[in-house]
Amino acid sequence: MPLHSKKHIHFTLNGEHTEVAFAPHKTLLEVLREDLNLTGTKHGCELGECGTCAVLVDGRSILSCLMLGLDAEGREVKTIEGMADGAELHPLQQTFADLGAAQCGYCSPGFLLVAEELLKKSPNPSRAEIQEALSGNLCRCTGYIKIYEAVELAAARMRGEEMELPKESVYGLD
Amino acid sequence: MAKNLNIVGKPFRKVDARAKCVGQTKFADDIVLPRMLFCKLLRSHVAHALIKSIDVSKALALPGVFAVVTGKDFPIPYGILPVSQDEHALCVDKVRFIGDPVAAVAAIDEDVAFDAMNLIEVEYEPLNTISTIEEAVLIDEPRIHDYGDGGNIHKKVSLEFGNLEEGFAEADLVREDTFFYEGNTHLPMEQHAAVAHFDSDGKITLWSSTQTPHYVHRALAKVLGLPASHIRVIATPNGGGFGGKSDPFNHEVVVCKLSMITGRPVKVTLTREEVFYCHRGRHPVLMHVKTGVKKDGAITAMHFQSYLDGGAYGSYGVASTFYTGALQTVTYNVPRYKFQGIRTFTNKPPCGPKRGHGTPQPRYALEVQLDKIAEQLQLDPVEIRRQHLVAPNSVTANYLRIGSMGLGACIDKVVEGSNWKERFSWDQSNRKLPFGKGIGVACSSYICGAGLPIYWNNMPQSGVQLRLDRQGGVCVMCGSTDIGQGSDSILAYIVAEVLGIDPFDIRVVTADTDLTPVDLGSYSSRVTLMTGNAAIQAAERARELLVMAVAEKLGVPIENLSLSERRVFDVENPEVGVSFAEAIVLAESKFGTIGTVGSYTPPRSPGKFKGAGVGPSPAYSYSAAVAEVDVDPDTGIVVVERVWIAHDIGRSINPMLVIGQVEGSVYMGLGEILMEEMVYRENRNVVHKFPSLLEYKSPTTMEMCDVKTYLIEDPDPNGPYGAKEVGQGPLLPVPPAVANAVYNAVGVRIDEVPITPEKVLRALKDKSRGRDGRYGPDSVPPVAWPEPLKVLTPAEGGDGSEMPRVAVHS
Repeated sequence: MPLHSKKHIHFTLNGEHTEVAFAPHKTLLEVLREDLNLTGTKHGCELGECGTCAVLVDGRSILSCLMLGLDAEGREVKTIEGMADGAELHPLQQTFADLGAAQCGYCSPGFLLVAEELLKKSPNPSRAEIQEALSGNLCRCTGYIKIYEAVELAAARMRGEEMELPKESVYGLD
Repeated sequence: MAKNLNIVGKPFRKVDARAKCVGQTKFADDIVLPRMLFCKLLRSHVAHALIKSIDVSKALALPGVFAVVTGKDFPIPYGILPVSQDEHALCVDKVRFIGDPVAAVAAIDEDVAFDAMNLIEVEYEPLNTISTIEEAVLIDEPRIHDYGDGGNIHKKVSLEFGNLEEGFAEADLVREDTFFYEGNTHLPMEQHAAVAHFDSDGKITLWSSTQTPHYVHRALAKVLGLPASHIRVIATPNGGGFGGKSDPFNHEVVVCKLSMITGRPVKVTLTREEVFYCHRGRHPVLMHVKTGVKKDGAITAMHFQSYLDGGAYGSYGVASTFYTGALQTVTYNVPRYKFQGIRTFTNKPPCGPKRGHGTPQPRYALEVQLDKIAEQLQLDPVEIRRQHLVAPNSVTANYLRIGSMGLGACIDKVVEGSNWKERFSWDQSNRKLPFGKGIGVACSSYICGAGLPIYWNNMPQSGVQLRLDRQGGVCVMCGSTDIGQGSDSILAYIVAEVLGIDPFDIRVVTADTDLTPVDLGSYSSRVTLMTGNAAIQAAERARELLVMAVAEKLGVPIENLSLSERRVFDVENPEVGVSFAEAIVLAESKFGTIGTVGSYTPPRSPGKFKGAGVGPSPAYSYSAAVAEVDVDPDTGIVVVERVWIAHDIGRSINPMLVIGQVEGSVYMGLGEILMEEMVYRENRNVVHKFPSLLEYKSPTTMEMCDVKTYLIEDPDPNGPYGAKEVGQGPLLPVPPAVANAVYNAVGVRIDEVPITPEKVLRALKDKSRGRDGRYGPDSVPPVAWPEPLKVLTPAEGGDGSEMPRVAVHS
């Protein structure tokens, strides 16, 4: 059996100091899922093509399948498990759930974290900005539209604005 | 159903939505068991070959390897259809496509399994390959399979309803066109994964990302040599299915066997490349359509021929073949109809059911041909459709019983919404839109579940069991599988509606062959209609027990009791009542433990001829779409700017989820018409061109169009609360609407899907040289069709039976 002597790193994971030991060739995606049991981060290709495994590293979205776990040393990593504030869902998580932006839900963690990054930079993004920010994430279920609407509603709520969803988004056009 | 609805029709969130947004949903690859081993499958790198020898000794000797299996360990074949039991978990004596699995390893971790896989030595004796429909028709040897309708033909079908010649003779115009629809694949974001655990009591549990746990259960019982009662299949939430997880798969059987050998849990997770090889996606279909019409566009007869490239195995292919000819008759009146279909075997990943199963290809051909007919007759393409719709509550020439039919209303909505009349013109010299901009229309219909199950029997297609407990809890159990469409939520909404409680009060347990009654699975758009009806029956039986007990306690007549807002109360005196939980205590005190069941069996179909099993459905959904495109004549790039789509849903159980399915269907149809294609290098090796998410083009946010959705609510008597399907139907009109819009924009006909820039440019160049500006196939291969099975239509006095075959003297 090939022996991979494990390497040991320290980093901040979802706000908590974390130590973990793993075979040095492992990607951050593998370390999160297999060594830290955080299976909320998904994989769609493991080649950097689909955006499904996106996490935030020092606040920036990266594809965890393309980053070595070793490179997380000393950095701040946020996964879907760290997005809610305790039992209180992040506004994006609420709107994704409430508006049907998560159908099968497999791509949702990646979309949510990339959307969170967008709203930090741009609290009131246009539809075109949302499309561009999410263009590296593939979703096969929704046609993306419910995702845009969920981002827009969450953004409004985070700005403290009241926003009604257009009736056509929920019931269709008259 | 006269009472006001409290839950049905409201946009509740899905009952499992929050778990999906916080990373708690456990997909198959998220399952980790103690002592779990990892499996890798060695797949063939040659397209067609005899297996001369397999040497696994080096792999077995690698430290960390626990077991290696080959085809010898799996002598019993399986397959989703009883007529196509042509797969082995690992190839026994030959491989039939690149990706066909020949051996498998269980090892301590994925890396060791991968290394061991590469140590397995397989000696192949290559055979000539069959790579196209034409080759399969023309070349009999070598045969890919030793069954079927001769040579490399899997199946031939020939059906004739009514007197075609009479129909064509009556026509003012007879048109013949040839089309090709390239294959494409489901591309669910989640790769297939499965975990098997054989326990020390001799029972096995398989967790798998499957849409059809019931059929996986059947296949395992056949192949593993265990009693079915010792096998438990649990479908994990599917990270997208679209039909691609509807077959029993090699890897599911293999991990079970490896767990039985090693006594440890075994997991397999396919790579993205392997998912392309599993495929079972859209069949490439070549089509020839001959249609006769009167001057007003009324169809007098249609003769439809389809030629399917089935790939290397049977899969659902016999059903797919019939579906390419079944639903032509359910939108516009087709009084006489002939269908001939042929499915070929080729050395490619097997094709099967993808969203719309066998019907998007013929729908594309039919709707584009109708557009050409409309132009020849100088009729508005909307009117040629609107004027000749099938009647509700009628029976088609091929004996499909139509119930509610909202297509006219659908057409009216998209015509009005798109401002069609102000923007459409056939006259290129007097265009209403600038050159390069165009609009096109198309319509469609789809089944709400298949009338007949895969294994014909007299049992229900869907079962629901309810358990009510004295704490007020309600648990609904059903074999249905949530693939993201929301079927778990539909069960909760419907039970909550009947019992007057909140959907989030209900616990939903689904897709577990040990715990839940059989539901056949998430395919053929059957789940809302069938599980919904079964859930209503189970819930009404529970309601009856509750009201009997409460009526006795309160001294109120049973018919006065109403259930809503978690109470059971007297409608005439609403203060008199008990809480829902108290009602259960009363019922449990009176009747004992409270549990009920419901089941659903579709109505019998009027067709009795051989082949009448495919097409009948309890109800048909309808869709109409208008697409607006921008075509750049210099680059050939087609941008779809907007799609107006109206869908006849019968009734929305949850309109927000319905719209989500419509938008997702438009998206998938857009991918198919513009870019998605499952294609192979043009050499004898039949290598997939690009088995990766990057190179297999699918629409990103930058390509997705704006969608304007209209829901037509005309409740169907067979649907739960009148509901019909939405998961598949709205995909169907999108490809032809876009193709027709491209013609409207730049005057070229692309009779081959997908409409890539290269094809548009070729057609434009052709047109600039004074030719007809069409890109597409010109001919079909010569097929010796069997004498058609003839059936008199209902209008001709037929009773749905085939006519006796008689010798024809000419």
